[in-house]
Amino acid sequence: MATAALAQRRTKPRRWHLYVAAIAISLFILVPIYVIAVAAFTPRTVLNGFPKPLVPITISTDTMQAFLATRGVGQSVINSLIVGAMTLVMSLVLGTPAGYALARFAFRGRDSFQLLILLTRAFPIAILAVPLTVTSITWGLYDTLPAVAIVHTALALPTTVLITASIFISVPVDLEEAALTLGCTPLGAFTRVAMPLALPGLAAASIFTFVLSWNEVFASVILTVSNRTLPAQVLASLGDSPLPYRFAGGFALILPALIFIFFIRRYLFNMWGRVVR
Amino acid sequence: MQGEIAAAPPAAREHDLAAPPIGRGRRRQVVPYALLAPSVLFLLVFFAWPMVQALILAVQDTNGAWSLAPVERMVNDLRFGEAIKNTLLFAAVVIPLQTILALAMALLLMAGLRGAGAFLYLWAIPLGVSDLASGVVWLSIFTDRGYINSILVSLGLSESGIPFLSYENPVSLFMCAAIAELWRATSIVMVILLSGLQVIPKDYGEAAEVFGATAWQRFRHVTLPLLRPSLQVALILRTILAFQVFAVVIALAGRQLPVLAEAAYQFYYTIRSPNTAAAYALLIMFLSLGFTVVYLRLLRVRDAELGR
Repeated sequence: MATAALAQRRTKPRRWHLYVAAIAISLFILVPIYVIAVAAFTPRTVLNGFPKPLVPITISTDTMQAFLATRGVGQSVINSLIVGAMTLVMSLVLGTPAGYALARFAFRGRDSFQLLILLTRAFPIAILAVPLTVTSITWGLYDTLPAVAIVHTALALPTTVLITASIFISVPVDLEEAALTLGCTPLGAFTRVAMPLALPGLAAASIFTFVLSWNEVFASVILTVSNRTLPAQVLASLGDSPLPYRFAGGFALILPALIFIFFIRRYLFNMWGRVVR
Repeated sequence: MQGEIAAAPPAAREHDLAAPPIGRGRRRQVVPYALLAPSVLFLLVFFAWPMVQALILAVQDTNGAWSLAPVERMVNDLRFGEAIKNTLLFAAVVIPLQTILALAMALLLMAGLRGAGAFLYLWAIPLGVSDLASGVVWLSIFTDRGYINSILVSLGLSESGIPFLSYENPVSLFMCAAIAELWRATSIVMVILLSGLQVIPKDYGEAAEVFGATAWQRFRHVTLPLLRPSLQVALILRTILAFQVFAVVIALAGRQLPVLAEAAYQFYYTIRSPNTAAAYALLIMFLSLGFTVVYLRLLRVRDAELGR
């Protein structure tokens, strides 16, 4: 009672200001997204004019269509999807067992492995991308999608391991032990009990991996010449492309992020701790 | 960009000590190593080895003979000094602002506002936005015939708009890139700090309040010290990523605002000199490692302070 009253007294005044602050921050985040969406759906003739309208007076897919019809763009979207899928599969196949091991086993070297995984974050992409590009030339992998997917997997794998570990930690170990007592093999306990329970979390982790790959540009642009991913395509043509092309490219790059974050918003919070009440 | 989406979840660290053992007995002891082997092997080949190779590349000439030519070429490059200055200055401007904003956002979410869930979703959106996309978004706003100038001219506040992104306005160019980074990369700091705030026991603040501490005193002497581990993680991650700033600068400024990662890219892509690009990559790496050590020292988390 007493603490409740205290809390009341503490939170009552200045509440109003908190909402103003929260709405101001929301606007700071939303307005640029609104602007790029308006730009992407304003016809090119209007976009080339000045001043540009801030409300979509004439909505048209003209700008987006022209962007997608530009030589190389359509293929780069497909390439990005393929690279994303390859990265996702490779990091899950390699990372899930390691995450499970971290979550379920006490073994010598566990702490060192975890430290190693955390350390990988301190290394810039450039340090991987430059030598791997040189290597991929000698291996005949230069300008291929698997080469890009390998670099993306190297970037994503440490995170996949940590995220899957935290997902398996949240799956009660008792259930697996029960399965073992009832005659399941360890592998059976994993595939029949732990996996299904961890599946939604793993799906969320996969989406993270995909978005990481979809967004990565440094490695993609130096590893490829003709087999560009979408960000590499947009970056390489930034210097000599008209504004409507760039705006449409910006919107195309953001779109998956909006959709994916919406679908995994629940897991976003699960992954980093409890949700705000 | 990249790793930013998914920082090491502090949840995983909390559980470090409590490794629930399924494996017992000697036969089981092989299992965890077998499970780790594929990822360790992959990281050795595609993470550790490239780093060694970068080191080798940086001290070889184009024919593969040992030489300091790449390093000399980097240091003597006309844009080298500016690239270092801009990269450090960029981190120095963006990171403090970002940390304060993220802290405010996290505290707002903890304040029990109505619709906190919706705010959290909105504020998390930039987690999925790349630095290239962010650069293009803010380009549409700041470019000469962009949306801010459209407003200024429509309202009659300016004759033909302000050239925010002109190389003649290096300060405004720099600030535009900083705003784009602030917009894109504050979410990750917020998420890390928010998860740190959530594990702070409520009793401490309430106890301080009983003894008459003001809201500011509670924040300064209770919340902030307890938040130190999360701040450490967030600052290290953000600094490492700030040293890699790249596409946002290219999208907004072209080559007008040299930074280290952009110089590495230009040397590889335009000048076709992988050796000098590797030297730049190494420089970024040493800077990142150096600052990580500094943060670990400065923000050392003493167990006694945590009351554990």
